[in-house]
Amino acid sequence: MGSLIDLVGISKGFDGTLVLDDLNLSVKENAFVTLLGPSGCGKTTTLRIIGGFEHADKGKVIFDGQDISSLPPNKRQLNTVFQKYALFTHMNIAENIAFGLKIKNKPKAYIQDKIKYALKLVNLDGYENRSVDSLSGGQQQRIAIARAIVNEPRVLLLDEPLGALDLKLRQDMQYELIRLKNELGITFIYVTHDQEEALTMSDTIVVMNQGYIQQMGTPEQIYNEPENAFVADFIGESNIVHGTMIRDELVEIFGARFACVDKGFGTNAPVDVVIRPEDIDLVSPEEGTLTGVCTHLIFKGVHYEMEVTTPDGFEWLVHSTDLCPVGKEVGIHVDPFDIQIMNKPASEDEEAVGVNE
Amino acid sequence: MMKKTKDRFKQIVENFYLVFIMVFLYAPIATLIVLSFSNSKSRTQWGGFTLRWYIEMFKSATIMNALQNTLVIAFASALIATIIGTAAAIAISSMKPFPRTVIMGITNIPMLNADIVTGISLMLGFIAFGISLGFKTILIAHITFNIPYVILSVMPKLKQTNKSVYEAAMDLGASPIFAFFKVVFPDILPGVLSGFLLAFTMSLDDFIITHFTKGAGINTLSTLIYSEVRRGIKPSMYALSTVIFVTVLGLLIVTNFAPGRKRESR
Amino acid sequence: MNKKLLSGPYLVWMVGFTVIPLLLIVYYGLTDKSGAFTLANIVSITTAEHAKALWLSLGLSFISTMICLVLAYPLAMILRKRGVGRGSFVVFIFILPMWMNFLLRTLAWQTLLERNGVINGILKALHLPGQSLINTPGAIILGMVYNFLPFMVLPIYNVLCKIDDNTINAAHDLGADFYQTLVRIWMPLSIPGIISGITMVFVPALTTFVISNLLGGSKILLIGNVIEQEFTRGSNWHLGSGLSLVLMIFILASMALIAKYDKEGEGTAF
Repeated sequence: MGSLIDLVGISKGFDGTLVLDDLNLSVKENAFVTLLGPSGCGKTTTLRIIGGFEHADKGKVIFDGQDISSLPPNKRQLNTVFQKYALFTHMNIAENIAFGLKIKNKPKAYIQDKIKYALKLVNLDGYENRSVDSLSGGQQQRIAIARAIVNEPRVLLLDEPLGALDLKLRQDMQYELIRLKNELGITFIYVTHDQEEALTMSDTIVVMNQGYIQQMGTPEQIYNEPENAFVADFIGESNIVHGTMIRDELVEIFGARFACVDKGFGTNAPVDVVIRPEDIDLVSPEEGTLTGVCTHLIFKGVHYEMEVTTPDGFEWLVHSTDLCPVGKEVGIHVDPFDIQIMNKPASEDEEAVGVNE
Repeated sequence: MMKKTKDRFKQIVENFYLVFIMVFLYAPIATLIVLSFSNSKSRTQWGGFTLRWYIEMFKSATIMNALQNTLVIAFASALIATIIGTAAAIAISSMKPFPRTVIMGITNIPMLNADIVTGISLMLGFIAFGISLGFKTILIAHITFNIPYVILSVMPKLKQTNKSVYEAAMDLGASPIFAFFKVVFPDILPGVLSGFLLAFTMSLDDFIITHFTKGAGINTLSTLIYSEVRRGIKPSMYALSTVIFVTVLGLLIVTNFAPGRKRESR
Repeated sequence: MNKKLLSGPYLVWMVGFTVIPLLLIVYYGLTDKSGAFTLANIVSITTAEHAKALWLSLGLSFISTMICLVLAYPLAMILRKRGVGRGSFVVFIFILPMWMNFLLRTLAWQTLLERNGVINGILKALHLPGQSLINTPGAIILGMVYNFLPFMVLPIYNVLCKIDDNTINAAHDLGADFYQTLVRIWMPLSIPGIISGITMVFVPALTTFVISNLLGGSKILLIGNVIEQEFTRGSNWHLGSGLSLVLMIFILASMALIAKYDKEGEGTAF
């Protein structure tokens, strides 16, 4: 299947600061793509360039094979769900939803049907004559979605649509969005800074930082095989340590050698090693590849969160259902496939893009 | 790119419009200022630069007298209005919604009512109370229309102050009055000051209400200009206008751009 | 200490110098010189001279208000778009004339428009025939627009600034072009500001006697001039109060409009 949207060499600056630098991105038809990154990483700007609210300084936006870079938003076949809903407060719910259709001069009966259909889709049947102010945040968000989808866009852009909702509602809406996506069968491009949201909903995650794409892949790839320290640190919690790749499938960390599954980094090469806290097995000191002392313990409900300090001073973050009391010596064991090896950043400059934020 | 040229064209039209309105707003004032320096009584011929009209203005007892009245009234009415208004704002903000709405309604009357009606009503009031028209009545009238401006400057600041800071001060042993002056007052001070300056400016600026409440034999600058202008404009009036304009400009720049009064951008 | 006591001086002051004086206008307006109740003062608005003054006032201030609205709306849109926010210098420049002494502003136009004023001087220098510009209804409209334009700009600008950019983006996103957005989004959302602006221009324009006096000459009498003369020359305060009451009907109507459309005080200038 070909791609529906292509961003080609997009650069954009505001007041002399480069927000996006030569960004390239393809989005396949029917995908649920999430742009994920910390604030200021350029994800919202990217979305606004696709929507037509910003114009790139350089580069092209290709939609279904056509260059739409210079088209204004009202001529683009896509619709946006804005961060704070941006509903029209001077109109009731039905008028809000009908807005796009009235602009296109659709017949009255058609519009009525569409409003009904859209309200049903977002589980708000019968809300036609309510005022915007009388709705809760979650309901307003559903209306914003309904208002966008009645126009039958081929792509729906969502700019942190759940950002203003509380945790429980946010989780409900995540499932709601997945359901909607499946029922409508259209492409979603979703912007968020919440990694859990991204992992739950997307089929493709694009991790961005400081105007660059750091990694693009399925949620599993992003989580299990982060390509650099930034991605590893941003997605979930992790231990990122300096290591030396002795040879293929063997890495040395703090003087101890761990078997791993990565190849092709050369011999005696400096690398970054990522180990997720839940992948560390605490064993008896004799069995451990490294030994350390438990220095910190918190009960988190599902698991214990512990810190194990090894003699070199590194504090390993460990999630485990096994309790290790503070002060006790333990061994650390990691299965080979749980060790993720990454290239060291090539320069200081790239380092700045990395974890040191 | 199509989009870019269209944007540029729009930009040019907008700039042109801004300049057009600006010229419309400022050209007449600029003319007055230029004429105040022209050594010729003709309005169309530049007679060379002179400060003659300014000297004439400063030598004129009538003008200096009016200036003095204006400044004294502006200062005194602003000061008194600030004291009464600030106290009232503090009281109003601690009131229940209903009395608050009623009082704010009355507060709005002098601001929304036509100046001519306010002026006439005050004049009738003074006469009914047996207060003879003169300096005193101008002062009272100015205080009356100034208080609402002070209240409306102070109220938003009071809304912003964190009530728990005041309570915390009392919790730590401060008396309510001490807590107020040490904790709340510094917070609302910018509002109080801008209320004062606003009141001062409004007083300097007023003509209509003064016109009805001044009685014979006393003038402020505004009423003096009005009576002079009807007799025919003398160039010293241009000099006076320039001085007033520059003063108000200075005051407004202070009120709008003084630190602590930065209003939030959208 | 009860904080509410602090409002004491203010309440006494407002009752003494706002409420009672207004009631006095009502009293004078509804009585004759002997103190007997009469509606004659109010009915006198129907006499040819007064009715003409009122109609002229209504007409001129209506035209001026419309001109102000047409000039101010695009200006406020541009100022908002330039995105400089409140308290910025550009906005300040356009609001500043609002605070300039209102007599000076009128005086300035008198200087420009007079028979031997600046504009005719320029025409003469260009060998063009002089125009009689002053003492015409046109001059009064010009004076009104000039004096009150900033009162229209500020409330509209304030209201436009409160409209979220994304609301506008949403309208474009749903297919609306500039004019559709203007009519369906910008205008309805800025109604509180428009109503405030209309009131802030219409009321002083309707009641002015200064502008008509300085730019209209003695031949053009507005209702404001009639009332002013009753108080300063004619000395028939009962008649003047009666006419003021008629005027207050229009003022109250404006206030009611504001109260209806601008509930949150969004459009107020201060």
